[in-house]
Amino acid sequence: MKLRRHIAERGIEGLLLLAALVSVFTTLAIVAILVWESVVFFRSVALLDFLTDTQWTPLFDDAHFGIVALLSGTLTTTTVALLVAIPLGTVLAIYLSEFAPFRVREVAKPFLEMLGGVPTIVYGYFALLFVTPLLQRIHPDLPGFNMLSAGLVMGVMIVPYVSSLSEDAMRAVPMNMREASYAMGATRLQTAVLVVTPAAFSGLASSYILGIARAVGETMVVAIAAGMQPSFTFNPAEPAATITAYIVQVALGDLPHGSIGYQTIFAAGLTLLLITLLFNIAGHVLRRRFREAY
Amino acid sequence: MSTLFLPAADLSPPGTGQRDMRRLIARHRIWDRLFGLLGVLALLFALLVFALLFGQMLVNGLPQLSWDFLTSFPSRRAASAGILSAWVGTVLVMLVTALVAVPLGVGAGIYLEEYAPKNLLTDIIEINVTNLAGVPSIIYGLLALGLFVYQFGLGHSIAAAGLTLALLILPVVIVATREAIRTIPQQIREGAYACGASKWQVVAHHVVPYSLPGIMTGVIIGLARAIGETAPIITIGALTFIAFLPPSPFGQPGQLLSFEWLAAPFTVMPIQMFNWISRPEAAFQANAAAAGLVLVAMTLSMNAIAIWIRYYFRQKIKW
Repeated sequence: MKLRRHIAERGIEGLLLLAALVSVFTTLAIVAILVWESVVFFRSVALLDFLTDTQWTPLFDDAHFGIVALLSGTLTTTTVALLVAIPLGTVLAIYLSEFAPFRVREVAKPFLEMLGGVPTIVYGYFALLFVTPLLQRIHPDLPGFNMLSAGLVMGVMIVPYVSSLSEDAMRAVPMNMREASYAMGATRLQTAVLVVTPAAFSGLASSYILGIARAVGETMVVAIAAGMQPSFTFNPAEPAATITAYIVQVALGDLPHGSIGYQTIFAAGLTLLLITLLFNIAGHVLRRRFREAY
Repeated sequence: MSTLFLPAADLSPPGTGQRDMRRLIARHRIWDRLFGLLGVLALLFALLVFALLFGQMLVNGLPQLSWDFLTSFPSRRAASAGILSAWVGTVLVMLVTALVAVPLGVGAGIYLEEYAPKNLLTDIIEINVTNLAGVPSIIYGLLALGLFVYQFGLGHSIAAAGLTLALLILPVVIVATREAIRTIPQQIREGAYACGASKWQVVAHHVVPYSLPGIMTGVIIGLARAIGETAPIITIGALTFIAFLPPSPFGQPGQLLSFEWLAAPFTVMPIQMFNWISRPEAAFQANAAAAGLVLVAMTLSMNAIAIWIRYYFRQKIKW
């Protein structure tokens, strides 16, 4: 009886461990699949061409495989998004953490959470059919697909994410630091900008970096509003495909399993994974540092 | 801005100093007010974007939204097209996702909080969960394309999509489970042990039931995210024009349950919406707006339920 209970307990523990290991298997499988298909890809395309060619036309007769043409799109849309998300997210975080009355915060936080919960495809629809026409009214030459509108909407989409992580960091700053600052005769804004923000700096930085990672990996907004035509340009007023948009474009077509076109999306995916992984690790290292500080 | 950061103390003679100080404080207070205003403006801007987003979809989509829209298949004619196959597909995919993600995610969360020893393996699992949460969703699509669709031979099926989204929301469920379990005081466990309970009895009879609200919140938020995910489903090659329903889960007469639907081709709400957005005709874009309204209603109501559960139980439970 005692032995049976012991065996059952052990068995349950084993099952729970297996459940926890599924996440490790997922990571291993992601890396394995991406590397496996990319290795096949790099057998027919030189790594040097992949990194230096400025054209990405894998499905043309004159095939070029320059990832730079996709990276430029990713970089441009991400930059536009950050120019919106970082200032807006930071102001919101400072306001909600240091200025807002309790009532405002109680309403604003779930509202921002909701804004973050809207499906990205809906933001894509908004970018293409509302923001782009609006921008065209100001600047009539703007093409129907452009990185500007995609980037702006993506920025708004990331704001709740940046603001909630930043706010967490600022709230983790101990109260006695603020009190000391007030005792010196500082005002709220002086305390917020000169005391709380520097103290929460690594937390703020991590929220920006995690925001970058999200912008880089975002797919539907750019695929819908920025167009799917790869082009090496940093001009936000032009259409261009990002890495993610290219993967969508290929997946929409009917590429045979095992063809070079099929392998390109895995090589592009591996590049994307490496970039986001880099930002995510940097973000988490910074985050851990601010947590340990107090 | 430079006057803002001048030191409050200056070296003026007494008398004039007091007046200067008052003026200085008044000036600083103005900056305070201005920033407060800026914060309110930022909030209002977010509100405005939300209103425009909703308003635009309402204006375009509401005339299209009707009972027929919910009960018709997609069609080449925009006016008679509907989202029947899309919402049925979404429900079935979510069923698979929930059935896979809930046991795995909750199990992993329980293991990490209650069982895991402090060792390298545990560290690896923990770091891994954090990193998985940051992997872009389209990468999960590539994983699914290589693994589920081709290696496992599941094809472009409901099962493949459900499994993909389950892996995608696994970190959300794990983190929510862990946070919920962490709030349960140690005395509860010690009390149960003192009555002779085994570890699993402590977990199953006390820890899990008490952390259920938190776990449910996490599961619902995870599923709400999965409903709107488009990129991974596109990547596994889901067809966009599906004018039929998968076989019924309740099977033929005389059969209790049938699992044929798992292997059936399908479409889901966001895919249907994407399909309509990419058409140039305004009539199809109105359909996209209507589908968007239904989709947003689905995710927002799920989020609202999650927020409500959290709020309600936070008030009720006092350890």
